Parts: sequence; C-alpha cells; structure tokens
Amino acid sequence: MSIIQSSTLEPLAALPAQTGGAPLPEWTALGPILALVATGLLLLGWDTVFPNRRTNTELSVIAAVGALVTLALSGWYLAAGTGRPATGGAITLFAEAITIDGLALFFTAIVAVVTALVAVASRDYLDDHETPGEFYSLVVLAAAGMALLASASSLATIFVALEMVSLPSYALVAYLKEDRGSVEAGMKYFLVGAVSSAIFVFGISLVYAATGSLVLSDVAAAFGDLDDLAGVAGVGVVMMIGGFAFKTASVPVHFWAPEVYEGAPAPVSAFLSSASKAAGFAVAFRVFTEAFPIADAVAVGIDWPLVFAVLAVLTMTLGNFAAAVQTEVKRMLAYSSIGHAGYALIGLAALSAGGSHNGAVMGASMAHLFVYGFMNTGAFLFIAMVESWGVGRTFEDYAGLGSVAPMASVAMTVFMFSLAGLPPFGGFFSKYFLFAGAVFNGFWWLAAIGALNSVLSLYYYSRVVKALWIEEPTDALSAVDSRPTALYGAVIVAAVATVVVLPGFGPVIETAEAAATALFG
Amino acid sequence: MIIEALIAFTFVSAMAVLLAPDEWAGRLAFALSLVPFLGSLFLWARFDGSGNALTGGELAFETQIDWIDVGGYTIQWFVGLDGISLPLVVLTAFLVPLAIVSAWTPIDERQSQFYGLILFMEANLIGVFAALDFFAWFVFWEAVLLPMYFLIGVWGGPRRKYAAIKFFVYTNAASLVMFLGFMALVFSLPVETFGLPEVTQSIAAGELGSFYGIPAETIGLVSFVAMFAGFAVKVPMVPVHTWLPDAHVEAPTPASVLLAGVLLKMGTYALLRFNFTMLPEQASALAVPIAALAVISVIYGAMLALAQQDLKRIVAYSSVSSMGYVILGLIAFTVYGVGGATFQMVAHGLISGLMFMAVGVIYNATHTRMVTDMSGLADRMPVAVWILVAGAFAYMGLPLMAGFAGEFYVFVGSFGSPVANGLMPVFTALAMFGIVIVAGYLLFAMQRTLFGPFRLDTDYELGRAPRRETLPLAALLVAIIVLGIAPDLFFEMIREAVVPVVEGGVN
Repeated sequence: MSIIQSSTLEPLAALPAQTGGAPLPEWTALGPILALVATGLLLLGWDTVFPNRRTNTELSVIAAVGALVTLALSGWYLAAGTGRPATGGAITLFAEAITIDGLALFFTAIVAVVTALVAVASRDYLDDHETPGEFYSLVVLAAAGMALLASASSLATIFVALEMVSLPSYALVAYLKEDRGSVEAGMKYFLVGAVSSAIFVFGISLVYAATGSLVLSDVAAAFGDLDDLAGVAGVGVVMMIGGFAFKTASVPVHFWAPEVYEGAPAPVSAFLSSASKAAGFAVAFRVFTEAFPIADAVAVGIDWPLVFAVLAVLTMTLGNFAAAVQTEVKRMLAYSSIGHAGYALIGLAALSAGGSHNGAVMGASMAHLFVYGFMNTGAFLFIAMVESWGVGRTFEDYAGLGSVAPMASVAMTVFMFSLAGLPPFGGFFSKYFLFAGAVFNGFWWLAAIGALNSVLSLYYYSRVVKALWIEEPTDALSAVDSRPTALYGAVIVAAVATVVVLPGFGPVIETAEAAATALFG
Repeated sequence: MIIEALIAFTFVSAMAVLLAPDEWAGRLAFALSLVPFLGSLFLWARFDGSGNALTGGELAFETQIDWIDVGGYTIQWFVGLDGISLPLVVLTAFLVPLAIVSAWTPIDERQSQFYGLILFMEANLIGVFAALDFFAWFVFWEAVLLPMYFLIGVWGGPRRKYAAIKFFVYTNAASLVMFLGFMALVFSLPVETFGLPEVTQSIAAGELGSFYGIPAETIGLVSFVAMFAGFAVKVPMVPVHTWLPDAHVEAPTPASVLLAGVLLKMGTYALLRFNFTMLPEQASALAVPIAALAVISVIYGAMLALAQQDLKRIVAYSSVSSMGYVILGLIAFTVYGVGGATFQMVAHGLISGLMFMAVGVIYNATHTRMVTDMSGLADRMPVAVWILVAGAFAYMGLPLMAGFAGEFYVFVGSFGSPVANGLMPVFTALAMFGIVIVAGYLLFAMQRTLFGPFRLDTDYELGRAPRRETLPLAALLVAIIVLGIAPDLFFEMIREAVVPVVEGGVN
C-alpha cells in the first residue's frame, strides 16, 4: 500500500496552484499540521540548544509565529477551496487515515488562532519561570494533535490524535508544580481523561467488531446492514459519545471542567476550553456524519441525533444554572464554557435524515466555535492578567477594575456581552445562525431552550461587567502595578476580533456552511 | 455614502474622545459632535426622498450591499432616509452636542469615558434611524443600550446600580420578544432578505404563509403582539413603564436628555415602522385595546407626575404621558394622526430635552430636585428659570410652540379616525384631559419652586446659572419655537412619508 494513495500525476486542482506553475503536491495539504509539528520540535530544540539563557520571549515568539503560519496556511487553503467538492473533493492521505477538507482546515484555523493568542499571552504569565521551554512546546504539540484530530478520518488515527492532545494537556494543567490547585487539577484531569479514553477506545472496538473497519467511510458502508450486530454497534456509538463528551466538556463527562479550568494556569484554561473543545467537536462532527449516516443509524435504532439533543439540552441548562451561582469569575467561565458546549452540540442534535438545513446547522455550530475561540480565549486571558496582578478571584475582587485597567476591562466587557450573544459582537450572529438553523431543520424546541439559556446567561455575564465598571474600587486594586504588554496585546487582539467578526461574519459562516454541507454530500 | 460617513466619523470620534485626557475630553467631544450635526443639516438640505421607505418610496442617500449570504437569506447593509427618519436623525444630531455641553458642569470624573460613550451612542442612534435591513437595524438598536447602561450605572445617582440593571433587563427582554416576533414573521414569508421594504411589500402582497403548521393569521397576530410588546417597553407605555422613572432619576442630566429626547423615540419609530406599516391589518383589528392603552398612558402617566415631589420624576412621568399621544396618533391611521405622531416625536424630543436640561441646571445650582426644598428661584437665576417656564408652556401645548403643533395634529387625526369601531372620538376626548393634568402639575410645580419668596433648604450659594448652561437651553427653545411657527419644515416630508402607511391601514 503506497503511503500516498492517489497518483501525483493527476491534476490536483484542489490545492492552491503555485504562482504560474503546477498545483502543489498532495502532501502539502498537511501543511498546517506539519507547521505545528515543526514549531513544536523547534521549540524543544531551541530550549535544548540555549539552556542557559532566558528564552521566554524567544519561545513565545516562535510558538506564536508557528501558529500564525498554520493559520495563514489553513486560511489560504480555505480561500483556495482545498478539499471542497467543487475543486475535486476531500484530499485523503495514508489510506484514508487523514482527510483534509473544509472541516479539517476550518478547525485547524480555530486551533491556530487560540494557540497564537495563548502563546503570546503566556510570555507574561510565565515570566517568573526558569524553564518555560516545555510549556510552549507542549502547547504547540497539543495544538498539532488537535489539528490532526480535526483531519483524522479513521478511528485509529482519531484515537492516536486524541491521546496526542490529552497527554500534553495533563502536563500543562499541572504545570505550576508549586501550586497545589494546579497539581490537583492535573491529577483530576488525568484520571477522568484516562477513564474516558478507555471508554472511548472500548467504543471503537465495539464499532470495529460490528462493522469490520476502522476507516470512517467503510464503517458507514457497513452500517447499512448491521443485522443482529446493531446492538453491539449501538453500545459502541454510545461509548464513543462518552469520549467526545469528555473532550468537549459536555454532560455527562463535564464535571472535570470547573475543577481543571479553575486549577490550571489561566492560559492553559483558555487553551483547553477553546481549542481542545473545538477539536473535540471537529472529530465528533466528522465521525457522526461520515461513519454513522443518520438514515442508516436511525433505521437500526441508533438514534444518535436524539442522544445529542438530550445531551445538548442538559449541557447548556446545567452549565448556565451552575454558572449563575458561582462566586469566582474563573469558575463561572468554566461553567459558561460547559454551557457553550451545549449550544455547539445543537450542531449535532438538530440533524435529521435528509434534513434540508443539516449543513446550515452544523456550519453555524462551527462558526459559533470560531467566534468562541476569540471571546472565550480572551476572557480566560483577562483572568490570567488579573491572576498575574494577584487581585483575587471573586466577583467582589474585580470591583472597580475598570478604573485602573480600562483597556483590558473594555475588552473583557466585549467578551462577556459577546458570550451572552448581544449585538454588536460576533457572538450575536453565531448564536442567531445556530438557533435559526435549528428552527429551519424542524428543531424549534432546541432553539427555544437555547435562546432561553442565552437570556439567562446575560445575568451572570453582566455581573462581571457590573463589577468591572459600576462597583466601587476596593483596596485590592493597589496590587495592579504592572502592564503585561504581551498579555494586554493578546486580550486586545481577541477583543478586536470579537467585534470585527460581526461585520466580517459573511466569510466565516459561508466557509463553515460549505464545509459542513460537504460532509452531508 | 454620506450616512456611512457620518456614522463612521462619529464612531472614530468616540474612540478619539475615549483616549483623550479628561481635561479637554468634553470640549473635544463637543467640537467633534458638531460634525454629525452639520452633516445632518446637509442631509436635510439635500434630502430628495419621497414616499415611505418601506412601501417602495424613493430613498435619499441609499446604500444597499450584501453583507452575509447564507442559508437562503441575504443580510444586507441597507441604509437610507425618508421623511420619517430624516427628522429623527436631525433631532439626534442636534441634541447630542447640547447634551455634551450640559455635561460639562455635573460630570467631573472619568470624563473621557463619559463623552466617548455619548458619541458611541450617537453613532448607533443615527444607525437605528437610517438602517433598513433588520439585522443592521437590530445591531444598532441593541448597541444603543450598552452605552446607556454604563451612563446610568457609572455616573448615576445613589440608586444607579438598581436603575441601570432594571433598564438593561427590561429593554433586553423586550428586544428578545420583539426579535422573536419579527423572525416568526420573516420565516413565514417567501422573502430572501431581511430588508424592511421587502418584508413590508411581501406582507402587503398577501404572501404571509404558514410556518411550522401555524396558520398565517395567527403568525401575523402573534408577531404583531410580540413586536408591540417589545417596542412598548421602549416607548414606554403603561404598564411596562416602570423602568423609566428609575432610569431617569438616577441618570446624569445629559443621559436623561438623550434618553427622553431620542431613546424613547426609538420605540415609537419602531412601532410605526414595524407594527403599523408592516402589519396595518392587525393594527386595525387591535385598534381598541391599543388606543385604550394609549389613553391610559396619557392619563395615568400624568396622574403619576402630579403625585411626585422630585422635579426630574415629574418630567420623567410626563414623558410617559406624552408618548401616549404618539401612540394614539399612530393607531389613528390618518395622515394627521400618524404624521402628527411623528412630528410629536421630534417636538417631544426637543421639549423633554429642554425640561431635563433645565432641571439639571437647577440641580447644579441647588443640589436638590425636591419641590419642597426650594421656592422663589426666579429671583436668583432668572434666565434659566424663564427658559424653563417657556419649556413648560411648550409641554402644555402653547400655540406657536412645537408641542402645540404635534398634539394638535394628533388630536385632529385621531378624532376623525375611522378605526376602532368609531370609538376614536371618545378616546381622543379622554386623552385631551391629559393636557389639563399636564398644565396642572407643571404650573403647580413651577409655582412652588420658581415663584414666591426665595427659600432654599440646602447649603449652597445660589447665583445665576453660567452661560454655558443656559445657552443650550436657549438653543432648544429657539428650535421649539421655530418648529412651532413653521411645523412644515418637517411636517411636509413627514406627510409625504406617512400617506402610504395610512392608505395601507384603512381597508
């Protein structure tokens, strides 16, 4: 079996053409992933070659540039239409172990954005650390795993990619070795993660047993006549849902999220709650639409859209109600992150066999995760800034921050209102298209529950805004004595992007919808 | 492109002011806000629209480009002005510089943020009145709320937190209800854009279909009620008016001026655009309850004003009363009714702006707004007091002032209205009693505070109000008198824009 399946003699219109020359060879479709891997290795090497000098800034720059190169590559491929049906369809490599299509590139772009923001912000956050080298390389290698996860189209690759994301993540969560909370969070994350991985891989084995294949397209082909193996396959599918629920922090495997996000270093929380979640959704979108076609699955009683519908409702409701009663801002954001997983799950829940708006719903969910990548990352990075000032964690501690750090507080205000789905911020459009898509696909009740939750969320998001601007400043604010430039920069960039994505929402939603529609081909 | 340029300039100005040092942020904001004002005068001078924007009239300064094209619908950037929106744009651009000047004295902390928010709000207000695509409009509509929330919450009075949250919750809940109502309507129509003209014309062509198996009539009715409820909060109408007095009393003077002067008009403007222009049949069918609510707003609002001791609260409740006239005019579906209501929006914007500003001037000097705390102010600060008296008379509807023209048109229009099973003369007659009560509470309050022997129960030296405080008042008074003498300055174009609405309504 040749490593690269199709002949390189075919015209590869799907890849961007070199200026004035032939199209790029097919392996270049892996460019975004390779860029991340290369960056991760470079970071490790840099740290080894220069062991005795303070490399924090250099490493941060390398990681950020690597992520931006990835973003540029995936953006270029997306703009060129790589992997779209119109340009020759998805590019499959390594015996269909990897598929590069619109979905893969879109989620790679999200991961790259979050990685770049986190890498820049970490410069200030890790300023006191002796050896920040492994931090950056772990972040970038985990990002490479996420990009691979978004492109994986065989259950084996998916599991490997999933572990490639998880292992660095455990280490990152526990990165603050001296901090009990960080270590404890790392331990919890590892234990829950290990159990979830076990369940997930068990699910894969059951699906393999029932269908005889690990490649998604072959699984789908076998799904048409499962006969009496439908029960085995069904249990496998449910177990796999459990694995995805862990990665996306959805009910029923959501309970690790508040502990981990709270204990982990704030940039890591930002990274996990935005990028890792998005990657989890990427693979769930691909697996369920490609491997378990809705019509066939429902015919044998495996009604996975219904399962996701129940999980979506539970996840968003639980996340929102729990967020509303928190006293610490970071914990509130952790629960809000669970709530947003619930909204994004609508992209899988509001699907039906032959539904006219399947692509629209899933595309809207992807677009929501894109906007979420900016607003949620920005919000956690703001927390990172507050942590680096040592101001405190509760809403009361945030009182009056607007008067001492106005720019950052404006940014945080933008994130909060955008997360709540208020115009004029990007979160408004992404939620609107998500709910409208659900309505058009016949799931008005999902949209209604989502909208109700969205309204409720305004309560706890506006508490932050109120604390920042309207409450009187307290003595604790004298601790605000530094201006962490890189952290400021990352927060401001995220805020500007959250605003600009509203007028610029067209390309985002159009790309996402095209990518999602292609899956339902 | 002139509208875009104005909006963009105002946004950039807001940014510049936000970054400016506190010492001259106020002066800078004033200077920059003159540009949109001059721009709005330019729009007025070059206005060449005709007819109603929604029913296929000729738009002035139109721009229409695709924004987002997905899921079978196109969201557009679509702006343009007609005879209804232009006066409101001019009103906005006129009130903002004056509100900024009125902030120079009372606002003494975080000034650059204050003036930046005011300009940010102005940009969005112009957008609200100019936008003709639902999403463009809704983004501006919601973006107006945020600065007002902060203006009340940060610079407000002692109960500012409560008032700001109440304002925010009320208006956002209302926005959601309205949003859902409009979406149900659009999804039941065979349209491909969210352009307000397209939606209006599609409904007029009888293309309202069923959605999710719900019949067209139900959708039309439910949408009308949802949008009406949403906008009624903004207006505000009894019984959803309770946020207004709190917001007004706690808000700093310039925010009150803009809240009463322009933000309330967003509600009536949207009612006219959405409910009465798009769904005239439903409006006619519900004419009796709507007219009844309007009359209740007029009378009840005025009675509440009668019972207040706080000057600002008096003016705030009287706004509820005045907005009742606007609703009464709108539901009448006659040229004078709807046109008069639109004219009254502008007139009340100027008059209530003047009243809030004048109360602010008195408060700056006396540090109290309680009627019982003072008396005989006319002696000590004659200019401000006489302008206040003139404004109060404008409020009462003294002829040759804008308030008279607006209310007279409304009464003429609603008295002869064919809707509401011939009950409109009764409603009109009841509403006219509102004028008596208005005169009652304003004269009573003035008599006790402005005239008689001088007495002040606070420890402040009372002197003449500085010129920078009286000049904006004078400018407003001049505008009120000019519009009162020559209402046709606006009424001509308003009439042209409301004729198609009226013709759609009576059937």
